[in-house]
Amino acid sequence: MKVPMPRQPPALETRGVNKWFGANHANRDVSLAVPKGTIHGVIGENGAGKSTIMSIVYGYLPADGGTILVDGRPVAVRSPRDALVAGIGMVHQHFMLVDPFTVLENVLLGAEGGVTLAAGMARARVELTRLARDYGLEVDLDRPVGELPVGAQQRVEILKALYRGADLLILDEPTGVLTPQETDHLFRILRALRGQGKTVVIITHKLREIMELTDNVTVMRRGQVVANVATADTSREELAELMVGRKVLLRVEKAPATPGPAVLEVSGLRVRDGAGVERVKGVGLTVRAGEIVGIAGVSGNGQSELLEALAGMRPLAGGSVRLRGEELTDRPDRFTARGLRALGVGHVPEDRQRVGLVTSFEAQECAILGHQGDPAFNGRLLMDRHALFDRCAAEMDAYDVRPRDPRLPAANFSGGNQQKIVLAREMERNPDLLLVGQPTRGVDIGAIEFIHRRLVALRDQGKAILLVSVELDEIRALSDRILVMFDGRLVGEAAPDEADERRLGLMMAGVAGAA
Amino acid sequence: MAQDAAQGVTGRGFGRPPGAIPGWVGYALLPLLNLIAALALSGLVILVIGENPLDVLALLVTEAVGYPEAIGYTLYYTTSYIFTGLAVAVAFHCGLFNIGGEGQAYLGGLGAGLVGLALTGWPWPVAALGAVALSALFGAAWGAVPGWLQARRGSHIVITTIMFNFIAAAIMTYLLVDVLIRPGSQSPETREFDPGVWLPTMDRALGWVGVAIPASPLNLSFLWALACCALFYLFLWRTRWGYEIRTVGRNERAAVYAGISPARNIILAMAISGALAGFVGVNEIMGVQHRILLNFTGGVGFVGIAVALMGRNHPVGIILAALLFGVLAQGGGQVSFEYPTVNRELVMVIQGLVILFAGALENLFKPRVEALFRRRSEGRGGGHDGGAAHG
Repeated sequence: MKVPMPRQPPALETRGVNKWFGANHANRDVSLAVPKGTIHGVIGENGAGKSTIMSIVYGYLPADGGTILVDGRPVAVRSPRDALVAGIGMVHQHFMLVDPFTVLENVLLGAEGGVTLAAGMARARVELTRLARDYGLEVDLDRPVGELPVGAQQRVEILKALYRGADLLILDEPTGVLTPQETDHLFRILRALRGQGKTVVIITHKLREIMELTDNVTVMRRGQVVANVATADTSREELAELMVGRKVLLRVEKAPATPGPAVLEVSGLRVRDGAGVERVKGVGLTVRAGEIVGIAGVSGNGQSELLEALAGMRPLAGGSVRLRGEELTDRPDRFTARGLRALGVGHVPEDRQRVGLVTSFEAQECAILGHQGDPAFNGRLLMDRHALFDRCAAEMDAYDVRPRDPRLPAANFSGGNQQKIVLAREMERNPDLLLVGQPTRGVDIGAIEFIHRRLVALRDQGKAILLVSVELDEIRALSDRILVMFDGRLVGEAAPDEADERRLGLMMAGVAGAA
Repeated sequence: MAQDAAQGVTGRGFGRPPGAIPGWVGYALLPLLNLIAALALSGLVILVIGENPLDVLALLVTEAVGYPEAIGYTLYYTTSYIFTGLAVAVAFHCGLFNIGGEGQAYLGGLGAGLVGLALTGWPWPVAALGAVALSALFGAAWGAVPGWLQARRGSHIVITTIMFNFIAAAIMTYLLVDVLIRPGSQSPETREFDPGVWLPTMDRALGWVGVAIPASPLNLSFLWALACCALFYLFLWRTRWGYEIRTVGRNERAAVYAGISPARNIILAMAISGALAGFVGVNEIMGVQHRILLNFTGGVGFVGIAVALMGRNHPVGIILAALLFGVLAQGGGQVSFEYPTVNRELVMVIQGLVILFAGALENLFKPRVEALFRRRSEGRGGGHDGGAAHG
């Protein structure tokens, strides 16, 4: 039987790929085709299997069945090396660069092409200069990678892939760490690559980027491909519905804030990191009862340190912190994680897996992290396991945590459900001040909606909330006031309705006098 | 980093997806496979030196558990291994690798022995309580100092505990040669304690209730070791202090977040670890030797590392692993009497192979066995989504 063939076979095609992780069917008959010379989006919630299928394509994971074709030819990709030979390159969410090495050395790593470096270096320099010119990938080849901004480090990763002859580039959540301007720059590069006949696959959960950048999009849900559509024929709302499997509200419904008295007053706050480098350089801010103050900024500009310092996890290098009008910094016994908790400060940390939870602990043990000394859970010597279980079960009911099993290790919950466990723990103690970092990072859309509604509800109860997030959309959706942080300082303030993205972006990039 | 990315996808870095591999595979099947592999390789070694491995194995088992007296000896070794296994495990739960069980046991023996020397004429229960207390105190001190150095000064616990083994050995040599030596003796050991304070052997104790068993070094400290296992479990999993230690061990940043001081808990865990190792002194000095002598520990601190590894740092596992090493110690010793070619060193080779397979090569068979079970669960079909996989 003759099948009408397109003129050119797809650059990448998967046919009926299956992958199991234990009882978890992570990829179920995944078939998708990426036409040559296009930008292709792969979108889905966490755990939908989008990274799994791309890890199979790149040779990190063996498939349990199915075929992978590159340019119409079946290939056996058993390792990233095989993938590179087939012309597939990958840029990971977390860069794989050697910080003290220069850009040139990083690109050359593993592709030195000889016993001595000199010849390979010279060849690489010529080739990289050409690549940089063709695609707008400009980076200083002789700077150590560790000194480069994140956007430039990502360009180094792209250069690495191209230098190794990649015709197909896979990018895994490439914009998570970028400013809006850096994101624009990246998109220009990707379009230039497409213009030169390269093929780009971008894995993301951001609908806006899919709409802006891609030609076609594959939507995955629960390990299966639920749609392969041309981007022009779809909409954000339709994609969101395909991802989640039901209608979702993309906007947060909230009434205007009615701020009360100041709960948190910070002035001249300075914080050093573990290496003694000052990361917060004189920050002053006020959070009132019944308002959400959002701190926008590119990751790594001191927001994390600010939040941790206010939660008592880091010593202060200077400044004053007042809670409900009471000065805390001259009470070193109270200005600790334990003391602040007792004073009614809740803290949802930015990194739930490394800070907010002990992932190998049972959910019910995680539900008392920070409250392990609470008499409600303790007898004279032994802990009251029943009280623990009941408390956790009640919180799981209230926050719709699934599966509703307080004895399951925290690691076995999805990102969204882990976050709900943390939120329940911190919010159910009725804090006067809630410090929240990246509340929806790595959380699926359905849970994002839920978490946002909970935070707004807490605000409406008259609680003060300080929100740190690198997701500008989230900051704008939730905050009543937006403060922008750059290089350890607050460089601007805006109301969410008047804050257009460009102006916020310029402030986040530290461009002075942004208007 | 590449590995991280792959793990993030598989979810291996975040634990098993629910229901994937039955629990007994990890707790029973894999250790058993490791043990069989170690014995198979030991068999080859014995074959090479010209003996019949099956005969040797049969003799080893018979001499370890074949008759009541042998069982007594095996359990006597097991007692010390339980103490050091628990010692290593409690440190592990705090994220610390305590290699200093040997020195802590040595000093614990000094503590127990000083009680034995001092309490001449007292009833044995008083001496036993005193020995337990002082051996715990001495062992705890010997563990807490490296713990303090780690917590406050950042000196690596592996290095300091090794060093403290040597310091302990030097102190004991000095004390036994110059201070505590029995006057007029050439041999560096103390006088024998008053028999009234000796810790009763099991045969004596059971004799009081009318049960007759053959004499062996097995003494009442075996019961104390079992009690320590129960206390160990209650402390770590049922008290807030155990909760804090485990939090520090699993995730130090989460501990800081929760207002738990890593430094305090590191010192506490090392003190408890040292105290548990110190109880070896009760078994050896008060129960068997009845005097302080050089090198009575004979490597129990190091065997404790293998016991804890093989027992998955859980008291039940530690009892089983300690039994296994007790069998190897007792049966192996007897084998070397019977077979001149299978000498003490060769028995140590066998022990070493068990340690190698149970400890260092712990995960040798894991991927293959897990793949086997995964294929079985695949046959059952029906996937869970929204498990541990993170896109």
